[in-house]
Amino acid sequence: MTATAVTDARQNIRPGHTLQTGVDRIRVELLQYMRRSDALVFTFLFPVLLYVIFASAFSAVDPMLIVGDEQVTQPQYYLPAMLAAGVFLSGVQNLGIEIAVERNDGTLQRLAATPLPVLAYCIGKLGQLVITSIVQAALLLAVAVLAFGIELPTEPERWLTLAWVFFLALVCFAVLGVVIAQLPRSVSSAAAVVIPVALALQFISGIFLPFAILPEWLQTIANAFPLAWVGHGFRSALLPDIARFLEVGEAWSLPMVAIVLGAWAVAGSVVAAVTFRWIKRG
Amino acid sequence: MSTAPAVVVDGLTKRYGDRTVVDGVSFEIGRGETFALLGPNGAGKSTTVEMLEGFRTPTGGSARVLGVDPRQGGRDWRSRIGVVLQSTGQAGALTVREILTHFARVFPASRDVDETIAAVGLTEHAKRRVGKLSGGQQRRVDVALGIIGRPEVLFLDEPTTGFDPQARRRFWQLIRDVASDGTTILLTTHYLDEAEQLADRAGIIAGGRLLALDAIDRIGGAEARTPIVRWADASGRQEVHTHEPAAVVRGLPGEPDELEIVRPRLEDIYLAMIDAEPADEGGGSAARETEEVAA
Ligand SMILES: Nc1ncnc2c1ncn2[C@@H]1O[C@H](COP(=O)(O)OP(=O)(O)OP(=O)(O)O)[C@@H](O)[C@H]1O
Ligand SMILES: [Mg+2]
Repeated sequence: MTATAVTDARQNIRPGHTLQTGVDRIRVELLQYMRRSDALVFTFLFPVLLYVIFASAFSAVDPMLIVGDEQVTQPQYYLPAMLAAGVFLSGVQNLGIEIAVERNDGTLQRLAATPLPVLAYCIGKLGQLVITSIVQAALLLAVAVLAFGIELPTEPERWLTLAWVFFLALVCFAVLGVVIAQLPRSVSSAAAVVIPVALALQFISGIFLPFAILPEWLQTIANAFPLAWVGHGFRSALLPDIARFLEVGEAWSLPMVAIVLGAWAVAGSVVAAVTFRWIKRG
Repeated sequence: MSTAPAVVVDGLTKRYGDRTVVDGVSFEIGRGETFALLGPNGAGKSTTVEMLEGFRTPTGGSARVLGVDPRQGGRDWRSRIGVVLQSTGQAGALTVREILTHFARVFPASRDVDETIAAVGLTEHAKRRVGKLSGGQQRRVDVALGIIGRPEVLFLDEPTTGFDPQARRRFWQLIRDVASDGTTILLTTHYLDEAEQLADRAGIIAGGRLLALDAIDRIGGAEARTPIVRWADASGRQEVHTHEPAAVVRGLPGEPDELEIVRPRLEDIYLAMIDAEPADEGGGSAARETEEVAA
């Protein structure tokens, strides 16, 4: 019957389907993100709130470092740390919990029943992460400048550093979020598994405490993970050059930032691509 | 290929541990046919359907849907399949129109979104978030998502759970329309009138085994459909199974109370068949094996 033949031809997937559906996923993910008030408070605004608390609490404290007429104040020092925390929380914590929840509540099974490619789903998640993180970072910088009088760098190469560390960090934390989402077995355990690990890593990676005051063995552990290097990269971009005296080895090491983040991003992508399944087949 | 059956199931078996929940089930569904899979809770209906959807891996036997092994079905195959699961998570934050618009873009030859919303009777709720709808309304969203891609084979696992009577009638009409477009439909339901209304053929499954497989108006055999004459007299309620009900009625004295002639409906036949089965709570075949060993 010709009718059937026509039907078959009509229903083949067109080229460009992955990209088209991926872009539509970004739209749908953003809509859902904006409507979820817990995501808005705990992920989106959390680093900004934390920054306001830290910067207010320590604004009267003596600067951390004075060299000649240059200084590094506490509000200055916490700005790159909270930027790093924002990217980290949006990627590893929020994305990780979100995918785990979608896996367990049947959302992924429903998507698995359609011709939506896994890659399009990932494009949607990454797109949501990139867009919300950029807005979040802009908000944080605006609060720092307007409320705490922080001076942002004027040299283009510092902004370039900020940009590449930012995007490498996003990719890195996004794929780690996908990997972490495979671990929790139920919706209720997703947050319980992800949050403590994320919190511990933030403490040892110089997000809440200056990295240099940590014991050397903790620094060694933290340096194996990407978060400490994201903080380091952001500090090198946003703080006056003298701030390097607060770093381990008293120097900036941007190549190491690129190497560690790149390695984690590549390894994470491979593990994510191999382990990601719409559903666990019973 | 248009004459080949849309669904071919041969000796399909699923075991969880030592429990056999689907036990050598075989049937075919022709192109354009509507097939109902009926059976009590835990019979293995959803397990069977989900193996056909590629969501569970069979322990034995084989399944082909549109000529493809469901576990190997790629994107082109998925675009020709529609799935309404027994239980689905709700993308609660999206509105009815948003989620349908998105799914319409995922399938290559989708139905019109507003038309589909109207077909499931949700036009006035199109702008409401799915999570804020009532249970029956959310179920209608599930059905709309199942048909939005204009599937060639549509799997409906208890699609009308929670529907009010009016919504159920509307759903029947929708399914008849979808079927008249040439869509092959596999339906599971506990509403036997629904199966009677919609299905061409049915299979009855219990304890994982297929007990009957036939056209909906023949299932259970002619004997099971013998008309029944019922009335009441001084000595109580009377009931006669007969192929000549008119003759029986004519032979009755006077004008008996509560006189009726009924033809057993699918539900009566189904219940008789299930009652005749030994009630085994799923672990049936293990029990049978033990008996065999003992004997
Ligand atoms: N993942 C699983 N692990 C172990 N047993 C399972 C699993 N899934 C289903 N079963 C068992 O298989 C049997 C058949 O389940 P199934 O869901 O197929 O029944 P059903 O016919 O769809 O019932 P209902 O009418 O209640 O939907 C049940 O006894 C159930 O406990
Ligand atoms: Mg079921």
